[in-house]
Amino acid sequence: MANKENEFLSVRNLEVIYRSGGDIVHAVNGVSLELEKGKTLGLVGETGAGKTTIAKSIMRILPDPPAEIRGGEIFLDGEDLLKKDEEAMQKVRGKKAAMIFQDPMTALNPLMTVGDQILEVLLLHNNYSREEGMKKAGEMLEEVGIPAERYREYPHQFSGGMKQRVVIAMALACDPELLLADEPTTALDVTIQAQVLEMMKALADKFRTSMILITHDLGVIANTCDTVAVIYAGRIVEYGKLEDIFDHTSHPYTIGLFDSLPDINVKTDRLKPIAGMPPDPTNLPEGCAFSPRCPYATEECRKKVPESKELTPGHICACFHPQSRS
Amino acid sequence: MSRYVIKRILMMIVILWCAGFVVFTLTYLTPGDPAMLQLGQEATAEVIAQRRAYLGIDQPYLVQLGRFMVNTFLRFDFGKSWVTNTNTMAELLLRLPRTLIIGLGSMIINVFIGTILGIIAGTHEGKWQDSLVMIIAMVFVSAPDFFVALLLILLFALKLGWLPPYGIETMAGYVLPIISASLGGVAINARQARSAMLEVIRADFVTTARAKGQNEKIVVRKHMLPNAMMPIITGVGGGLSMVVAGTPIIESVFSIPGVGNYLLSGVNQHDYPVIWACVIFFALFSSIAILLTDLCYAFLDPRIKAQYSAGKRKKVK
Repeated sequence: MANKENEFLSVRNLEVIYRSGGDIVHAVNGVSLELEKGKTLGLVGETGAGKTTIAKSIMRILPDPPAEIRGGEIFLDGEDLLKKDEEAMQKVRGKKAAMIFQDPMTALNPLMTVGDQILEVLLLHNNYSREEGMKKAGEMLEEVGIPAERYREYPHQFSGGMKQRVVIAMALACDPELLLADEPTTALDVTIQAQVLEMMKALADKFRTSMILITHDLGVIANTCDTVAVIYAGRIVEYGKLEDIFDHTSHPYTIGLFDSLPDINVKTDRLKPIAGMPPDPTNLPEGCAFSPRCPYATEECRKKVPESKELTPGHICACFHPQSRS
Repeated sequence: MSRYVIKRILMMIVILWCAGFVVFTLTYLTPGDPAMLQLGQEATAEVIAQRRAYLGIDQPYLVQLGRFMVNTFLRFDFGKSWVTNTNTMAELLLRLPRTLIIGLGSMIINVFIGTILGIIAGTHEGKWQDSLVMIIAMVFVSAPDFFVALLLILLFALKLGWLPPYGIETMAGYVLPIISASLGGVAINARQARSAMLEVIRADFVTTARAKGQNEKIVVRKHMLPNAMMPIITGVGGGLSMVVAGTPIIESVFSIPGVGNYLLSGVNQHDYPVIWACVIFFALFSSIAILLTDLCYAFLDPRIKAQYSAGKRKKVK
């Protein structure tokens, strides 16, 4: 694990459920992560693996009901966020920790000018007068490559990429120390994706912001992250430095993820997906959640949940039969 | 934007013509001879024929229609009542304030109480507040207003003696009619506001606002409410267009000489000019109410405003 003194964010044994009807959806099942200041952590996993739920738990903006944080600790700069009351959390949100949402099309209020939406967060956390705030909001727009003159325009007058820039400007407006980016480029065109990512990375570096980047795009991870956590069915199955995950892939699920990427140099007729479907989170399989789809699964895997083991310092894998793929 | 308004006003004129045409044709097709009805069974055929000629209803349909349209829409002459021989528009305007007091009064109650109840229900989805509001709405919407009116008279006028049972000698006479006329509207507005709130409550931009560290109360006021306003305003607009039509039933129950009662008397006595004047007036008022509603949308939602001026921009290009 990372050096305790440098820890900026530390999530321990986080457990989140959703209640739907009589069913309990086990969204996050004992996730632990660490993030050092100024570094970027990538969260990879399939849709529904619990990535967004982890980020929203850190912000404490899960809709309750139906979501419920069952247990765990989230330390940000030494303070347990789960113990804070709502009022104290409001001072954290937008100021210390900010979030960028997946879908820029719906993340902005359609009835407010983009400038005023940036102004809102600025006025909440700073002692600006309205004029100062508006000036700063204009500067933030310029920062993300939008002319400040467009302050008074409405979201519907912006393209998807531009809206995401506004969302990013909003998130970075108060110099947050932690930025949670939830699939910031998924809803965007491939050509715009690269631009937006580049810009986010540059801004995060400039403001020395620590970042958690949620994505299911391994290419994005390779370009941006220092450490990576691979999530499957609400659990971290493999965790380590970028090189550990990319060059010494150990968990069968991570191997499956890499194998499913087509290789540009090899002529392939068919993609190699991971067989089977993600498990039903209301009814997780006994033992390792990945065992029904795992080519290396044994009796043991179907009975017991594998403990996280440290393969090399900092490289953790939750599997009875870690492989090595390079 | 002003182009849009002018276009809408031109359309309104066409709509009024259509309303005039329809109401005239319908009264023309109504069985029964107004002249005979007014003169009674004993009148001789000669007298009735005289009367028919006097009223002009012995002429062919097209002649009558033409005369009606010219008088109404070019001379703005709505004619005189066949029964009382008084100017119909003047009579209508005389009765209008009473109907407006009841209509606007109950609409204000509808909108405020209904919307507030709906917001409470929507923001407490699934909790007891929600169930309570929905039960109240269910009762209000299913109770017939004349029956509620009778119960209210029984309780507040006859048992407790706090309010007059009928008539409008004092302003207190308006209280019971306004309350009985508003219950159904409260229920409808509450349901509408609730579903509008539920739609925005899970909207992504609301999560964004929370993620900024905004206080929950301000999130509701600044982000949820304006976005939930659209369906609520539709309800208000619809209610406003009903205001002058009044509630003939409520006006009958409380013996209030309002527009609703005037229209009813026109229908009962085959006094066609009264019906025409009332219907055209209702059509005019409704068109204005709907236009105001649409302008409200544009004022609230920049996307709709952009649509309204879009036609103009295309022509410039």
